[in-house]
Amino acid sequence: MLNNNPALKHIVGRVGWYLVTFLVAVTINFFLPRLGDANPVDTIMAKVSTGLDTKSARVKEEAYLKEFGLVEVDAQGKVKRDAQGKPVPTPLSSQFVNYMGMSLQGDLGSSILQHPKRVSEIIKTAIPWTIALQLPTIIFGWIIGNVLGALAAYKRGAFDKILYPMALLTSAIPAFCFGILLVYFFGIRLEWFPAVGGYDEGLTPELSGEFLSSAAYYYVLPFLSVFLLVVGGQAIGMRSMCIYELGTDYVKYAKLLGVKESKILFYMFRNAMLPQLTGLALALGTMVGGALIAEIIFSYPGLGMTILTAIQGNDYPVITGCTLLITVTVLIANFSADVMIGLLDPRIKAVQSGGK
Amino acid sequence: MKLFKNLLKSPGFLLGSSLFLLTLVLALLGPLFIDVDTRTRVGLAFMPPSAKAPLGTDHLGLDMVSLLIQGLRSSLYVGFLAGTVATIVGTLIGVYGGYKGGLIDDILTVATNLFLVIPSLIVLILLSSSLDEGRSLTLIALIIGCTTWTWSARAVRAQASSIRARDHVALARINGYGTFGIVMLHILPYLLSYIFMVFILQTATGILSEASISLLGLGPYDSISLGKILNEAIRNEALSDGAWWAFAPAMVLITVIVFALYVLNTSLEGVFNPRLRK
Repeated sequence: MLNNNPALKHIVGRVGWYLVTFLVAVTINFFLPRLGDANPVDTIMAKVSTGLDTKSARVKEEAYLKEFGLVEVDAQGKVKRDAQGKPVPTPLSSQFVNYMGMSLQGDLGSSILQHPKRVSEIIKTAIPWTIALQLPTIIFGWIIGNVLGALAAYKRGAFDKILYPMALLTSAIPAFCFGILLVYFFGIRLEWFPAVGGYDEGLTPELSGEFLSSAAYYYVLPFLSVFLLVVGGQAIGMRSMCIYELGTDYVKYAKLLGVKESKILFYMFRNAMLPQLTGLALALGTMVGGALIAEIIFSYPGLGMTILTAIQGNDYPVITGCTLLITVTVLIANFSADVMIGLLDPRIKAVQSGGK
Repeated sequence: MKLFKNLLKSPGFLLGSSLFLLTLVLALLGPLFIDVDTRTRVGLAFMPPSAKAPLGTDHLGLDMVSLLIQGLRSSLYVGFLAGTVATIVGTLIGVYGGYKGGLIDDILTVATNLFLVIPSLIVLILLSSSLDEGRSLTLIALIIGCTTWTWSARAVRAQASSIRARDHVALARINGYGTFGIVMLHILPYLLSYIFMVFILQTATGILSEASISLLGLGPYDSISLGKILNEAIRNEALSDGAWWAFAPAMVLITVIVFALYVLNTSLEGVFNPRLRK
């Protein structure tokens, strides 16, 4: 069946590749934070042990050690201790196996800063904001940037003369600088839009008209700060792709035949889009990173802020939870782009059905 | 020589290199003319520009001019070091894989693509947050270099594998040169201009990455960098206080360096690759 359907074959191949990438990502996520000698239990104990006597401190420490899976536990659920009375640490390899199992079930452990709270709980409140900010900016930014780029290449003249330097400018300014400029001018100086936060302080997140309109108002600046950069970057890439396509024989021939302008534009767009789609897949990581920084500048209540707070408080479970989630999302987005490439690229069909 | 003449004729090259040299001169010679002191308070917090502090003061009352020069030095240092590491790692992996081909190439390509997909900012966050105590400027630069090499490996590999098919490489192989000799004498020289452009872009990436990571509060503990100036300004409410001097000059410096490097890269591309010239 696979041999008859080259697009499907391509997709199945990619699934395997992404699974390997996923495993590597989880492995990195586990081992990198354990490179240093920071121990989450020590961090918690430093916070909670003040005012406790040695015995209750020890009971507490044991509970934490067990909870984070750092020590061996015997059949009765007690922490194993060696001859000197020190707890026996779990070997890193079995910690890793536990971590893998838990991660696959969506269990990311519990936070250190907001202790009994689960990391998944914290992420759950942050993630709608990040998705609401990033998904539309990247998708619409990509589409609009590509349309503008293609038009600039095709029309040239005044349109191109205005658009191209603008696109160059927006893509040359680092994302965070652009964000700071927007906050300062439109948020603080002109006070057109709120400078920080995701919604009015008096409101609680719910599906009411009042809350949504407040959220929309707060959304404008963070959205623009990422959106314009994506548009600029994509427009530049698409413009040069289309200038190349304009010089190809098929466009010249179509023009000679008197094919409608919109139709030529469509052909050109289709051909130039494939490399742009690959480009999107490669740029996604950078875009997501840029948007996370933008959240911090706007104090937007998404994952970026969650990571920032977690970093400031050495809250490792939250940091790794967020990074794992972001990596997985980027992988899924990349995979979708790959699937689209498989469906759209005639060369994949040609190579796999006719070539062999 | 002709190459240099072409370079000097390119407006992009002139603009990019003069802007970049300007920042370099400011960083290297600044301390000779201005008394760079990032420890003594010269006034109150967020004092606007005055005769005593030409660019005002930060939230601690430190002189912004001193902070900016010190920050610029650190940022350029991080950029160069990270750029060098990323270029060397990327070139080694790219050239070796591209020349060798076969299984080794496959493995290296898979590894490169893998790290290309996993966002480098994420790896940066994980690495730097675990090294809480010893996050020096040099270490940050090394970490950045080790996370951003991926696309240069990919780009260099493509170039190397196209050179591999050329006749002179086949002749060298027949003449009994080993892999090392062929790569050093017959492949790398053709890639030098390309690798130089990769280095320029990697330097820009290094400077931007340092700023991003500092904005997240994972900046160097042992020195001031442009990113750290921005981080401190935002954390200490310089924005809502209207203290533009605490963040705007640092932003301008980062933008100018990165913009200069990008323009330089585009112009070099045009000169090295005549097909792009119109």
